[in-house]
Amino acid sequence: MLKINDLKVNYGGIEAVKGISFEVKEGSVVTLIGANGAGKSTTLRSIVSLVKPASGTITFQGENIVGKSTDEIVKKGITLVPEGRRIFPDLTVLENLKIGAYMRKDSIKDDLEWVYGLFPRLKEREWQPGGTLSGGEQQMLAIGRALMSRPKLIMMDEPSLGLAPIVVQGVFDIIREINKQGVTILLIEQNANMALKAADVGYVMETGRITMTGTGEELANNAQVKAAYLGKARK
Amino acid sequence: MKEKKKSDMIISAVLLAALFVVVAVLDKRLSATGIAMTVLKKGCIYSLVAVSMNLLNGFTGLFSLGQAGFMLIGGYTYAILTIPVEARNSVYQYFDGGIVQFALPFWVGIIAAGCVAALIAWLIGLPVLRLKSDYLAIATLGFAEIIRAFFQWDKLGVLTNGSNMLRKYPSFQSLMFPFVVAVICIAAIVLLINSSYGRAFMAIRDDEVAAEAMGINLAHHKRMSFCISSFFAGIGGALLAMYQTTIQASAFKSNMTYEILLIVVIGGLGSITGSVVATFLFYACSEWWLRFLDSELMIGAFKVPLLRSGFRKVVFSVIIMLIVLFARKGLMGDKEFSVAGIREFFSKRKKKEAGS
Ligand SMILES: Nc1ncnc2c1ncn2[C@@H]1O[C@H](COP(=O)(O)OP(=O)(O)OP(=O)(O)O)[C@@H](O)[C@H]1O
Ligand SMILES: [Mg+2]
Repeated sequence: MLKINDLKVNYGGIEAVKGISFEVKEGSVVTLIGANGAGKSTTLRSIVSLVKPASGTITFQGENIVGKSTDEIVKKGITLVPEGRRIFPDLTVLENLKIGAYMRKDSIKDDLEWVYGLFPRLKEREWQPGGTLSGGEQQMLAIGRALMSRPKLIMMDEPSLGLAPIVVQGVFDIIREINKQGVTILLIEQNANMALKAADVGYVMETGRITMTGTGEELANNAQVKAAYLGKARK
Repeated sequence: MKEKKKSDMIISAVLLAALFVVVAVLDKRLSATGIAMTVLKKGCIYSLVAVSMNLLNGFTGLFSLGQAGFMLIGGYTYAILTIPVEARNSVYQYFDGGIVQFALPFWVGIIAAGCVAALIAWLIGLPVLRLKSDYLAIATLGFAEIIRAFFQWDKLGVLTNGSNMLRKYPSFQSLMFPFVVAVICIAAIVLLINSSYGRAFMAIRDDEVAAEAMGINLAHHKRMSFCISSFFAGIGGALLAMYQTTIQASAFKSNMTYEILLIVVIGGLGSITGSVVATFLFYACSEWWLRFLDSELMIGAFKVPLLRSGFRKVVFSVIIMLIVLFARKGLMGDKEFSVAGIREFFSKRKKKEAGS
């Protein structure tokens, strides 16, 4: 569905992403793990054209989308749940969700029901300003908002950031649920343990390069990964 | 919910109709040159300008200070296009009657005023709107100053009459006229803000990056907001020109913009009704209710201290400082004054009373 080939991204003179290639198959959950500053967020941002790649191709459903504008890419069916949630604090929950569907011209009634079905809490708080929600609720809103565009591929940048373990569990349950309903998922996580458990395929990123690939299970059992990202000592 | 919404709409419509009646009565009863009339007319005109500024600064989060410039463009466009042909020789006496030798009906002139202001906003929008916060403010302020100088330029005299004033164009006497124009324009802005377009503006204000990630084209939407705001500022300028019956570019100083900004901040950034209420209060206080402070007052043989010419301005400044200090978000914050809001307020009070 999504194929990245030799993607390079620079900020000024700094190379943040130094030629990575990976693939996201339709219907799968793919995770990208790696230390701070590895270039994970940059990769996602360049896929939706929030930063312009220096070189390489990004192919979505057979079409090269490098150079297309963000709104075109959102229309094609990719959305990003940005790092740190970034909901609109002064807009109500409902308005936030409507903004998510901004690129669509058709009726959003069914999708609202779908999102409210996934997150009943949001329905209760429909009229509350987004900024007054708790961290976990804001994350739900951020995911719900992204789902309102009816994406084929949803990319989440550290959805478990700053959430209590029980809430993190809830977020991962939702990720699985969304995936079951046919949405492909590309997930970035610091919480490598949970992410690898949920993922079909995982990639490990280090300072702008992909250094390891495997199924979620393989990576979770890999000694190096364990040492570096799962907080378990090497045997 | 729907039922209530419908009844709220009906109540709002009735209130608006009542307001029309009040304005019609005031038109008959108040002296046309009295201070009350001045305040009400200015209130209508500047409400529109304040709301247009709020659309840009309060709803889209673009800190622009170009409002006086766009009002000037609107006022001049209106005047230039509507001065009757037979009056042009006397108005443009130093420029052989000027080059425009036709006159459009007043309402075409008003619409043209908005359109020209919007067009110029569109042209400068692309480079200027790339700037962030303070830089945008400085650039738009500079633009307004340049426009003011430009319209006074001798070489353009055949069009703008140079530094001389324009006059003899159609004006209005009644309060009804600026009231109706302001109501129509503000209603249009309210509709815009409640549309998906308006939501996109607010999303940009709240978080540009997130808005962009949702597929909102930042450059396009900022430019639209800038153009629409300038369109209504242009119409406000035309109304002001009509109200004053003469117009001169030198009067459109940055002071004017600051005054409007002050009104918008006092009313609450992001509140339409706040802007309107604040405009009327502002002009009522500055021109009317505080007047007594300017005249000396004797109680018996005792002369009340401090009361003398200019004291009004001091008190007025203190009031404004107090408002800004104690109501950081303005009188209304980003809330609106609406029928639904009032009902909610009272039902909450009832609940509280019932509870206690
Ligand atoms: N706007 C920017 N300007 C300059 N450099 C940037 C910018 N954004 C990111 N970088 C740099 O690019 C590199 C990769 O950053 P990125 O945000 O992609 O990392 P990340 O893998 O998402 O890290 P984290 O897990 O901490 O979020 C970092 O060295 C960072 O300093
Ligand atoms: Mg990151």
